[in-house]
Amino acid sequence: MTAEIKKILFIGFGNPSRGDDGLGPAIAERLENENFPGVTVDADYQLTVEDSENAAKHDIVIFADASVNCDEPFSFKPLAARQSESFTSHSVEPAEVIGLAEKLFNSKAKPFMLEIRGYNFEMFEEDLTEKAKKNLEKAWDFLKELLKKQNFNIVACA
Amino acid sequence: MSQTKRVVIEPVTRVEGHGKVSLLLDENNKVKQARFHVVEFRGFERFIQGRPYWEVPVLVQRLCGICPVSHHLAAAKAMDKIVGVDKLTPTAEKMRRLMHYGQMFQSHALHFFHLCSPDLLFGFDADPAIRNVIGVALKYPDLAVQGVMMRKYGQEIIRATAGKKIHGTGAIPGGINKNLSIAERDEFLKDIKQMYDWSKSALKIAKDYTVQNLEKLTPFASFDSSHLSLIREDGAMDLYHGNLRAIDSQGKKIFDQVDYSKYLDYIVEEVKPWSYMKFPFIKQVGPQDGWYRVGPLARLNTCDFIDTPLAEEARKEFMAVTNGKPNNITMAYHWARMIELLHSIEKINDLLNDKDLQGNDLVVKGQKRYEGVGLIEAPRGTLFHHYKIDENDQITMANLIVSTTNNNEAFNRSVQKVAADHIDGVAKITEGLLNHIEVAIRAYDPCLSCATHAMGKMPLKVTLYDYQGNEIDNKTKE
Repeated sequence: MTAEIKKILFIGFGNPSRGDDGLGPAIAERLENENFPGVTVDADYQLTVEDSENAAKHDIVIFADASVNCDEPFSFKPLAARQSESFTSHSVEPAEVIGLAEKLFNSKAKPFMLEIRGYNFEMFEEDLTEKAKKNLEKAWDFLKELLKKQNFNIVACA
Repeated sequence: MSQTKRVVIEPVTRVEGHGKVSLLLDENNKVKQARFHVVEFRGFERFIQGRPYWEVPVLVQRLCGICPVSHHLAAAKAMDKIVGVDKLTPTAEKMRRLMHYGQMFQSHALHFFHLCSPDLLFGFDADPAIRNVIGVALKYPDLAVQGVMMRKYGQEIIRATAGKKIHGTGAIPGGINKNLSIAERDEFLKDIKQMYDWSKSALKIAKDYTVQNLEKLTPFASFDSSHLSLIREDGAMDLYHGNLRAIDSQGKKIFDQVDYSKYLDYIVEEVKPWSYMKFPFIKQVGPQDGWYRVGPLARLNTCDFIDTPLAEEARKEFMAVTNGKPNNITMAYHWARMIELLHSIEKINDLLNDKDLQGNDLVVKGQKRYEGVGLIEAPRGTLFHHYKIDENDQITMANLIVSTTNNNEAFNRSVQKVAADHIDGVAKITEGLLNHIEVAIRAYDPCLSCATHAMGKMPLKVTLYDYQGNEIDNKTKE
């Protein structure tokens, strides 16, 4: 008897024209090319409210983003839903997406945050910095293992 | 010497990107000066130089993660001119229109349900702990879900017409790169009635709110202004294409049916030392009084009619409030936006039932030109893209006037008006009072820039300056 494959949503977000801000879409692009069973991959400049409806249709949701201050080379943690008191814009934060998913769509999805350390976020820099590229490689190795083993009983990993 | 202090609120919550409001107060807390600052990048116009022209419709999407479609289509329209194409095939034009109305629909829906509705449903002065989208979700869960589902519907239309969310390539110089399949069309038609119903319901909320609170809203952040938009040759509202029309606050035409490729003969961009954002004005009126408003309110004011029946009926009701004269009530932006929401779903329905969307004649070719201008009515207002290329097909010049820049002077007027009406003489600046300023700015749905959003990089910063410009206090909210 084989274990049931979890329905996983992976969302990499960021602007590829802002240097290392493109780390999220970059790792999403790699994942999309791998065709892991049960994994749906999305990439966008920013998260928006309709991501909450999509999140609610999955067992696991992994958000991937560049970070200016996470541990090097990356960090991976469970995410707590946040019922934000105000939104700054049409875009929303991962915890707010999950908060809306739970509130509006009765989501039971288990959320995680993959943050990859970036260094340069200047506008109209299309390339990742060398350090960010190395961090991306390490995050990618971790992600592949995670999705193969499907062990999501993780407290935190860096 | 009169003592003054400057209060800076950064960023304004629930608007796009980052901006800050500074209020210069004197020792009696009288507002001496009010300004809305926008950190707008102009780097794109340099960045794009040297790139081949055909890359531009893709690259410009990175200007803004919120309205990439508007930049994509405005740039594509400019590139149509570069490749010598003045008229697209019916399939190409209608696919682009479908993409655009999908964008308009999702943007207006999201703004209404998730950004402005907390102010309208709970009141400007309500406790911020409930005056937010979660408060709406708790008290009006159906409305919050509608907002998400309408946004999703529009986004799916964009996906079907433009391709991927990042690096969408739908519009290309001279046309479009795909048509709409029957399966895609039927998927959208399946939910169209629901979208109609929700749009009508949202319009009713905005209309009833405005009419019931007209006395309070009429002076709020309001002032007489000129209005500018694209207009169809017969005077109809057209959000995708047309000529330029500008009217004054009484409805008198300043110019009409101007070919937008000649915009530099009519619009001048002024630079002011305290703002990164330019201040456009109508040349023949001059810098002092030539500023104007764009966006839903302006479009309702400039058009002679709307060519879809439900939105036209709503437009007549809207114009009746001001006896057919231009409506200069800033808070009426919300009502106007919901009329456009209904118009957009009517247009989407018309397009989905048009067999041209399944055509295969997608691209037209022409004789290369060295200059192209493309304009579109983006959700927030008129968007200008202007490019020149050299003999190697590389961009040598780019000039953009984004919707929010067109409304720049209007923002300052609204902030000044609200500050004078609501904050003058009040010793303590409460969250409720500050929110009056935010409510005024939110009416325009400004998009302030493409903010990088990397985790941990978006603090809320409040800074206090003394009369000599020295920072005496600041607070940061992570």
